[in-house]
Amino acid sequence: MSNDISFTQEQGMLLDTATDFCGQHSTIALVRSRLQDDQSLPVDIWQAIVELGWTGITIPEAHGGLGLGFSELVPVVEAMGRHLMATPLVGSALVAHALKLAGSDAQKQRWLPQIAAGSIATLALLETDGSWVLDAPGAWGEINGELLELSGTKCFVQDATLSSLVLVSVVIEGQARLVLLERSMIPTTALQREVVIDDTRRCFQLTLEGITVPVEQVLPQSCLVELEQAAMLLLSAEMAGGHASVLNLVVDYLKTRKQFDKLIGSYQALKHPTVDILIGLEASRSHLYHAATMIDGDDAREADIAVRMAKAVASEGFAFAGDRAIQFHGGFGFTFECDAQLYLRRALYCQYQFGDESYQRTRLAPLLLDNLLGVGLLSEVG
Amino acid sequence: MTVNEQALDAFRQEVSTWLAANNPGDPGFLLPESFMEVGNDAQFEYLRAWQRKVYDAGYLGMSWPQEYGGGGKPQVYQDIVTQEMARQRVPFMTNTIGLNWAGPLILQQGTEAQKQKYIKGILNADDIWCQGFSEPDHGSDLGGAQLKAVRDGDDYVINGSKIWTSLGTYAKYMILLGRTSTDGPNKYAGLSFFLSPMKVEGVTPQPIQKLTGEYGFCQTFFNDARIPADCMMGKEGEGWQVAMATLMFERGNVGGQAGGLAMMDLNVNDLLELARRSTRNGLPVLEDPLIRDQMVRFLIEAKSNSLMAARSRIPALNTERPGAIAMSGKLRNTELKRRFCQFALSLQGANGARFISPEAVDGGKWQRIYFNAFSATIGGGTSQVQYNIMGERVLGLPKS
Repeated sequence: MSNDISFTQEQGMLLDTATDFCGQHSTIALVRSRLQDDQSLPVDIWQAIVELGWTGITIPEAHGGLGLGFSELVPVVEAMGRHLMATPLVGSALVAHALKLAGSDAQKQRWLPQIAAGSIATLALLETDGSWVLDAPGAWGEINGELLELSGTKCFVQDATLSSLVLVSVVIEGQARLVLLERSMIPTTALQREVVIDDTRRCFQLTLEGITVPVEQVLPQSCLVELEQAAMLLLSAEMAGGHASVLNLVVDYLKTRKQFDKLIGSYQALKHPTVDILIGLEASRSHLYHAATMIDGDDAREADIAVRMAKAVASEGFAFAGDRAIQFHGGFGFTFECDAQLYLRRALYCQYQFGDESYQRTRLAPLLLDNLLGVGLLSEVG
Repeated sequence: MTVNEQALDAFRQEVSTWLAANNPGDPGFLLPESFMEVGNDAQFEYLRAWQRKVYDAGYLGMSWPQEYGGGGKPQVYQDIVTQEMARQRVPFMTNTIGLNWAGPLILQQGTEAQKQKYIKGILNADDIWCQGFSEPDHGSDLGGAQLKAVRDGDDYVINGSKIWTSLGTYAKYMILLGRTSTDGPNKYAGLSFFLSPMKVEGVTPQPIQKLTGEYGFCQTFFNDARIPADCMMGKEGEGWQVAMATLMFERGNVGGQAGGLAMMDLNVNDLLELARRSTRNGLPVLEDPLIRDQMVRFLIEAKSNSLMAARSRIPALNTERPGAIAMSGKLRNTELKRRFCQFALSLQGANGARFISPEAVDGGKWQRIYFNAFSATIGGGTSQVQYNIMGERVLGLPKS
């Protein structure tokens, strides 16, 4: 099994630029000031992101993008995670990815240049019962002549009210299919704000009953596996970034807070688990950039293993870091004013989207333990 | 394929065939996993005979100069042999300290006479080497060594003791760090380095029984032992520099070692292999969801360590804390090994409670490896000390 990690100069520049940009436009004070806003991000910040070209990173040059891969998008998303920035960038990139893999030429030509130019798109894949079994959605489409009549309810539709395009998964004639819903097709009453644990995000429930769209809105091909992988990868990037920041938050506190006349960082009961947070971060970033390399490669099985490991390691590590950050801040950690809760909330949101660590391990088990290929695959593990 | 690649490929084939035909096979008793664990004469003689056989076939010290007994070939040939030995899991080369630490040191810094005297015996295992660096009161603090070496005519008179001497009872020579002066500007200045004979009066290697019940280490006592002055390496007072050069070979920071497999390095693949053939109450353990989950955890953790090593080579991905991955390596790798060896016992049902014996799974190898794994989580700075070092040096936390 490969241990490849590709990291080009271009990726390095994107990481530096994005870290600077997010550091400036998403300070903790700004993050807090936006918690009550209707939208996750002010329009002018989104425009600045568009001008930096990030909305076109993974879109082919022929469709107005930069023609790069997830390896180039990951540093940007990691930097956003580091500064708790919530943006529609990930949703837009995932919809573009689906269009690229499974869209018709007409769909690609119409939407990819728009997304590259800053039109916001989002995913509606999850179900009210918390499922995300992509090949068995809990929503339906009935073909009636040239029209598709939709029913069912989707959840966790991020930034839906900002979006020009919503990609929704439904069952049509027994098959899971992806359907493009344009803004004009969604009545405003169909979207209902959801309360989620991460206050920086804006999520909506989408009621499909009564929505009828032309059948041409259906993506002709399937790309559910690839879409899930890309979603897991970008969540892992967001988590690795947040993990780095919450570690710094803990370390700063341990170096300044005194109890019993001593800096609390001198107590091994706090010091040693903080080292575990550090080691978790180093593991998380290593898996992340490896998984990005594998997703851009051509071995689907290796990509699947790499991205599930990345999601498992990032989820477990960031959630642990957020949890300990609360505890190590003592009484202050119990207050809303302490920033630790912002990270813990972010960690939990990302952890439970597209499978936490125990789910990923369940999916990894047959890949690693049962298949005879596994032995060869592991030859370089150790 | 270039001509050279073709030649190397043919050589790999040749080695592979030779190893398959000459692998000494199961001796009927449990072999040690490394030179640090050679605990009885049967194990030692078996391993010594195997090393000699490999050397006689021309597969050891291949890159060392011919005039001293080496093969005089490019390093790549020896690397191929070492890789094939690991792949075929043949026994390791027991004279590790000679082959990989003392030997390259002598070739690098020794006199012509020293090279003539020592190199061939290292390769053919006639002369076993041990190391005398650590002392009972100075484990990790080598610079604080107290063993006294006092010049008297053509000899030095040695008094004191060294600990964790692997192969101490079998060794003919020891690389020895001793104190020749206490007047220097610092503790390092008074140290000297010797290629010291073991079979002289006043040198007593006293075997230490390990938690496994086996032997493998000694405490070596020096009681007015006289060693010839010409066995000093470098000059008097330069011992620290020579010891540091030795550690560079020991840690593999520089090349020049004789090569050959140095230990049976167990990893999570071996655990997976054990799991695949293990049953508990008649059912394959890999059908148990809890076992499966724990196995996957170990495989992910091992992969984390491999990927961290890969990422540590990319400076742009290590800007915030450049030393974090390297400095945590010992802690991560040794603790993982201890835990997965411990877990290997739970795959064995009631047989997890057996110990080294024919009835035990793999002869009790896993029980022994689990116990021996503590040598790495304790030696070279305990895991708890590693946590302090990481917290203080990498994260900048206040001292405990």
